[in-house]
Amino acid sequence: MADCGEPDGPGNKDDITRSKNEGKELSKEEKQRLRKQKKQQKKQKERKNEKSETEKEKTPVSLLPPPRPVATQKAPSALPAPASAPIPVPASAPFHSSPAPSPADKPAKSKAELKAERRARQETDRAAKQPGSSSSGIKTKVPLSELNPVVKRLPEHVQVDDPAVVKRLAKKLERQQIPLRSDYGYKVSLFSHLHQYSRKAPLTQQLSIPSTVIHPSIVRLGLQYSQGIVAGSNARSVALLHAFKQVIRDYTTPPNEELSRDLVNKLKPYISFLNQCRPLSASMGNAIKYIKKEISNIPSQCKEEEAKTKLLTCIDRYIEEKIVLAAKAISKYAIEKISDGDVILVYGCSSLVNNILCEAFEKSRKFRVIVVDSRPRLEGREALRRLVQRGISCTYVLISALSYILPEVSKVFLGAHALLANGYVMSRVGTSQIALVARTFNVPVLVCCETYKFCEKVQTDSFVSNELDDPDDLMVTRKGKTQLENWQDVSSLGLLNLVYDVTPPDFVDLVITDLGMIPCTSVPVVLRVKNLDQ
Amino acid sequence: MELQAVLMAAGGGSRMMDLTYNTPKPLLPVGNKPLIWYPLNLLERVGFEEVIVITTKEVQKMISTDPKVKLDVKMKLDLVCIQEDADMGTADALRHIQQKVKTDVLVVSCDLITDAALHEVVDLFRAHNATLSMLMSKAHEFTETVPGQKGKKKTGEQRDFVGVDDTGKRLLFMANEADLDEGVVIRKSIMRKHPRMHIKTGLVDAHLYCLKKSVVDFLADNKSISSIRGELVPYLVRKQFSKSTNSPKVIDETHQNLKKNDSNISSRDEELLHLTQERSCWNDHRGDMSDAYHGGRLRCYVHIMDEGICYRVNTLAAYIEANRLAPKLFDEPAVHPSAVVSERCLIGADSIIGASCQISDKTSIKRSTIGVSTTVREKVKVTNSIIMHGVTIEEGCNIQGSVICSNAVIGRGADIKYCLVGSAQRIEPDGENWDYWV
Repeated sequence: MADCGEPDGPGNKDDITRSKNEGKELSKEEKQRLRKQKKQQKKQKERKNEKSETEKEKTPVSLLPPPRPVATQKAPSALPAPASAPIPVPASAPFHSSPAPSPADKPAKSKAELKAERRARQETDRAAKQPGSSSSGIKTKVPLSELNPVVKRLPEHVQVDDPAVVKRLAKKLERQQIPLRSDYGYKVSLFSHLHQYSRKAPLTQQLSIPSTVIHPSIVRLGLQYSQGIVAGSNARSVALLHAFKQVIRDYTTPPNEELSRDLVNKLKPYISFLNQCRPLSASMGNAIKYIKKEISNIPSQCKEEEAKTKLLTCIDRYIEEKIVLAAKAISKYAIEKISDGDVILVYGCSSLVNNILCEAFEKSRKFRVIVVDSRPRLEGREALRRLVQRGISCTYVLISALSYILPEVSKVFLGAHALLANGYVMSRVGTSQIALVARTFNVPVLVCCETYKFCEKVQTDSFVSNELDDPDDLMVTRKGKTQLENWQDVSSLGLLNLVYDVTPPDFVDLVITDLGMIPCTSVPVVLRVKNLDQ
Repeated sequence: MELQAVLMAAGGGSRMMDLTYNTPKPLLPVGNKPLIWYPLNLLERVGFEEVIVITTKEVQKMISTDPKVKLDVKMKLDLVCIQEDADMGTADALRHIQQKVKTDVLVVSCDLITDAALHEVVDLFRAHNATLSMLMSKAHEFTETVPGQKGKKKTGEQRDFVGVDDTGKRLLFMANEADLDEGVVIRKSIMRKHPRMHIKTGLVDAHLYCLKKSVVDFLADNKSISSIRGELVPYLVRKQFSKSTNSPKVIDETHQNLKKNDSNISSRDEELLHLTQERSCWNDHRGDMSDAYHGGRLRCYVHIMDEGICYRVNTLAAYIEANRLAPKLFDEPAVHPSAVVSERCLIGADSIIGASCQISDKTSIKRSTIGVSTTVREKVKVTNSIIMHGVTIEEGCNIQGSVICSNAVIGRGADIKYCLVGSAQRIEPDGENWDYWV
């Protein structure tokens, strides 16, 4: 292979070759790096003219293979190289094989180079016209931002079956000194691209006990997440912000560093650690984005104490506005929708829905509640306890009895883990079933969700991005016998414990947010307005 | 900083006086390493970088001067001396170092030999924000014959009754048989909150405790508590379920007093923690109407080890058993490289030979531990015994099931079975010694 034998100079070219070959959307850093490399090579272009010609001819032929072996060579830029490696596989699948992305590596002034560039431009134009295909070659002269936004880089946690991605993750964690949590048990093939951890193997096994690398409150939070002590979107976000407050309080700026940059870097390994303990939720992601923005907006002349108090008040205000007051606003709107004599169906334990029902009961609305529950979490029991404690009359059924009980129901209130940008509702597994059956019975489905849980993701199915919980949770011991005790020994048996599913907007009649009552399809509008605000 | 380690090494070894009248208990050799090395190694393996060691002046002197006592630990040891005759309990010792304690503490006893996964204990402490978290293990029968003991009589160890909840982690009840008059009395408030309780008696307390800092401060205010195991732990376990009505200096108040000091910070944080708990759909129990943890702020947890080594070397039987098992805990070669071992001797696989030993021809050493700088002459048979440092064993001796303390001299041809030979004693040649202490 031509590429493998090249000495170091063209090595840099290979990077550019690779990244251009893939034609993926490049991040800002990569673009900067590429520009720098281009400038370097402009100086070397006389020497490399001939070599570039041979390269150009050979690389179109070997489109798919080069990224992999070249990636294993060495990497001046380790990250973009392996990053582009896995992407040719999904991306080039819908692809035809030879949009020869001629690697016009250097902005050479030789005729051969110019011809190659023109050819590449033609190819990209042709490729861009094809439906859904990604543009292949990048011309050096064309600014990279003009590229059509192609297949976005998939997050690492949904590419677990790709060894290159796993290796990259391991390297990143090693750099941040965070242990890697290993997957457990056999994964059902449809979901083998997701992580599956065991609760009996906590991440703290590999940490030193007086944890020095990670702040103790973050370790505690990670443990609480992985053991399920803090569960539920709102609770997790509040706990996360509380832990960040401790971190900020204990933080001191090292000399020659700025708080605005250093604190963000300090938070990154903590976030990786929490991600390893349990994948982050959409609400947590938004909270983290907010904090990072606040930290980087701190003016550099601000004194440390002042900056810290400012951050702490920001966090308090965020919690107060987005969670506590939002809950009050949502309750206000939702109570308008609850009339006397209603029979309300709820699923699982949503803190927001419980809040609404308790407030409605306090405002002396007459209604009764049917709590639907599902295994293995059986969260409905907790919801049942909280409602009955207030005095609300409740009925409790398992989800298998749903269609029997729906004729009695007048409304369905559902909580959400996140609202996706295409109007889909991501919530506890089983929610889409409830919405489907309710739609069949013509029962209105109302989803209650705060705006800070809206996220930019787009998903139409529950397979691509989900969370796999511990499969051992599905084991039940009845009369001293656990039938599934040795499930790992049975080669054809896989246990699947999904956590989330997505509900299409056709099944949802109304979304009650703190901004008001909106239809499901208005979620992208809200997101757009939020982005404008920020 | 998250946890500070405190090692209690000031105990006298009152239950094995024959061994400890000359050597202080923390420095007794087990597997040719001083007893104190084992908990220090445990702490080091887990990742601690400094340890506060509470010990007596004698031990401190011996650690710093005696070349035979090599601790080989990379951690920073902060040795705090207390008077030997002050008769301080473990809680008194903790009160003594209250100024040094800045965060939560992990208290370990110097006679603990274990390969437990400490993270289990500490995880309980962290995840549930517990006040106390401790380690216990299923007790194993001691199989070795103890020299000087006729038959297997129970040495009058009082049983401990430990009550745990359904999950096996929350500690509900702890009482020693000595404190109970007629029967085990369990309060109704406990039964109401935890209707299913498992009471276990065959457990060994490893004396490894994670305590919150507020407990140490509470100890400083309450000078009546002098032993952690005997008084503090049962007190905390009881306090989980009592309403703080009567007693003046109650631990809840100390919690609150501390919080008043930095009120602004803590009150808002308390609110956030309360908000988290409120919004979280988790409960530690089910079946009644109460919130998680029944709204209690004081929680005690225990991790009970099913398998693995966990010994407290506080009796002679435990000492002998520990010597058998200690080699499994570290990877050093059984025969120390500096020992001079002649070729015609038979050394069993589970024997340990210490440094600078001299083992002569035609000796047979099985299932034994030979200490540092010991001389063993020809035709000696050593079986099932523990020989400490500096001992000289003349020719033709037959030693079985015995403990020979340091610097003893065993005369030629002596036959010693199931004996305990004290420090620097001399056994007459050709004597037959069976089953007593010298």
